[in-house]
Amino acid sequence: MTAVTTPAIPGLETTTSDEPTKRSRSLNWRHIGLAAILIVPNMILLGLFTYRPLIDNFRISFYNWNISSPDMRFVGLGNYIEWFTDDTSWQIARNTLIFTLVAVIGSMALGLALALLLDQHLRARNMVRTMVFAPYVISGAAIGVAFQFVFDPGYGLVQDVLGRLGLDTPAFYQHSGWALFMITTTYVWKNLGYTFVIYLAALQGRRSDLDEAAEIDGTPAWRKFWRVTLPQLKGTTFFLSVTVLLNSFQVFDIIQVMTEGGPFGTGTSTLIYQVYQETFVNNRAGYGAAVATIMFLIVLVVTLVQVKLQDKQD
Amino acid sequence: MTMTNDAQAVLPPVPGLEDDDPPQLTPAQKKRATSRHLAFQGGTAGKLLGYFGMLAAVLLFFVPLYFIVVTSLKTHGDIYSNPISWLPNPFAPENYSYVINEVRFDKYLRNSVIITGILTVVEVSLGVMTAYGLSFLRFPGRNLLFLLVIASLMVPNQITVISNYALVASWGWRNTFQGIIVPLAAVAFGTFLMRNHFLSLPKEIMEAAELDGTGFFRTLFRVVLPMSWPTLVAFTLITVVNEWNQYLWPFLMSDTDAVAPLPIGLTQLQDNEGLTNWGPVMAGTVLTTVPMLIVFLILQKQMIKGLTAGAVKG
Repeated sequence: MTAVTTPAIPGLETTTSDEPTKRSRSLNWRHIGLAAILIVPNMILLGLFTYRPLIDNFRISFYNWNISSPDMRFVGLGNYIEWFTDDTSWQIARNTLIFTLVAVIGSMALGLALALLLDQHLRARNMVRTMVFAPYVISGAAIGVAFQFVFDPGYGLVQDVLGRLGLDTPAFYQHSGWALFMITTTYVWKNLGYTFVIYLAALQGRRSDLDEAAEIDGTPAWRKFWRVTLPQLKGTTFFLSVTVLLNSFQVFDIIQVMTEGGPFGTGTSTLIYQVYQETFVNNRAGYGAAVATIMFLIVLVVTLVQVKLQDKQD
Repeated sequence: MTMTNDAQAVLPPVPGLEDDDPPQLTPAQKKRATSRHLAFQGGTAGKLLGYFGMLAAVLLFFVPLYFIVVTSLKTHGDIYSNPISWLPNPFAPENYSYVINEVRFDKYLRNSVIITGILTVVEVSLGVMTAYGLSFLRFPGRNLLFLLVIASLMVPNQITVISNYALVASWGWRNTFQGIIVPLAAVAFGTFLMRNHFLSLPKEIMEAAELDGTGFFRTLFRVVLPMSWPTLVAFTLITVVNEWNQYLWPFLMSDTDAVAPLPIGLTQLQDNEGLTNWGPVMAGTVLTTVPMLIVFLILQKQMIKGLTAGAVKG
C-alpha cells in the first residue's frame, strides 16, 4: 500500500546547497560513526533482499532450474526466446494490459468522481468517506476469498442483484473475459479508497478563489470542472496514474485466491502470476526469472518516462 | 437518509475527515457561505443529485461488506437459498466457534500478531534511524545512499521473490518466523516519509543541540521525536496494515500452520472447505479483516495523513 514512486524528491536539493563553509566541508568523524551505526542495518537488508536478488534474478533467467534442486543448466537466451515465441505469453501480456488499464482508468475516474461528490457539503458525508476507504485496509486475500462467493453464479450477491434487474448472470468462472472482469472489478472495489483519498486531499488543498471567481462569472458547472478544477489536479492525476499503474501491475493475491490464473490455465493470468506459476508450480525457476526480468524492464521504462515527463512539467 | 444518520450515531466520531466548516461565522459570512454553497451545487436539484450519488456509494461499498458478515452467521442451508436472505435464519454463530476451535484460527491470529508486531517495531526503528542519519548527519555519500533507498521502491517485491526464496530456503528458514520476517524488514517508504518530515523541522533546534553537545539518544527522544509524533504514527499505521495484509512472501514461506499468518490460514481454510461450506470461510474472512478495520476506524485520520503526505506535493 505504499506509494511506489515519488514525483519530486524534496530535500535532496537542500542538502547540496548547504553553505560550503570550512566546517561543513571537513569530515566530521562523530557524524560519520553515528551515521554508520544508524544506516548500515537498513542498507544491509536492502542490499541483501532487494538489490542482490534483482541482479541474481537476471542471472537465473539464463538457466533451466528447478528451484528445489542444486542443478542449473545454462540455456543462454533460451527462456526469453521461448517467452516471446509462445502464444500463451501474448494472452498473458494482453490480460496484464487490459487489467492494468481498466484498473488505472476505472479507479482514477471513480475515485475522482467520489472525491468531487464527497467534497460537497452533504450530511453524513464523513460516514460515506469512511466506508469508501475501508476496503483499502482489508487484506486482498480476504477480499478475494469473500468475493469468490459474492460472484458465485448460484447463490452469490451479484446473481441476486442481476436477477432482480431481470438480467442473466454471466459465467464468471468459466469464461476468460468475464473472469478477468470479475478480478478487475474486485481490485478496483478494494483500491478505490486510495485514489479517492488522494484526490480528496488535493481538492481540499486547491485554490478555492479560482472556483469562486468562476462561480461569480456564472460559469456552468461542467465547464468549471474542465477549465478550473481539473487543471489544478494535474499533478495529483499524474502521480496517481503512475502509482496505480505500478501497483496494479503487481497484483497477486486476488488472482491467486479467486481464479488461480484460470479458467483454461491462463484465462486471468498476468505477468506476475506467470512468474509465480512457472517458478513454484511448474518448477521452472529460470523461465519464471526471465518473465520477472521482462516485468522489471517494463516497470523501469514506465518510471523513466514518468521522471522525464515530470521534468518537462516543472 | 434516516438509516445513514442512525449509522453515523453508532460509529465513533471520525477524526480528520471532519467538515471543513469554520466553527465561528459572522452572519454576513454565513450568508455568503450559504449562497456560495448553493451556487456551487446548483440548488436543491444539485443537492438531491448529491444525495443520490452518496446513496449509490453506500450501496456499492456497504452491501458487499454486509453480505459477507451476514453469510458468516448463516447455517449451510440458509446460505444455499435463493433469493438471498438478508438476515440469518436461524442465527448461526457456530461458524465462528468452528473456525476458532476446529480450524484453530487462534493460531493464525497469534502468528499474525507476532509477525506484524515484530516487523512494525523493527521497521519503525530502522526507518527513524536511517532517516535521522540521512537528514541530520553530514557524511560523504549521503545523497547516494538516499537514492539507493528511494530507487528500491521501484523494484517490485515479486521480482526478488525467486532469488530470496532460494537463499532463505538454503538457510533452512522456511516455516520459521525469521524466514518470513527478515526479508520483509528493509524500510524504504517509511525512510522517505520520516526524512521528509525531519528536513522540515527548524534547523536552529538541531544546531543548538549539536552545539550543546547533546547525545544522540537525548536529541532523538527529547528534541526530534516530540516534534514528529503525527508522522511517526502515520508511518507506524501504514506499516501495521501493510504487514498484516502481506500475502505472497508468507504464502511461499509457510507450508504448515505453525507460522502462517491469517491471510494464509484463510486461503488454506478456503481450499479445504470453500465451494461447499461458505459459512466458516466467511467467518474466517471476518476474523481476518476485523482487527485492521478497528485500527482504521480509530486512527483513520493519522493513516490518511501518511498516505497523502507522500502524494500531494503539487
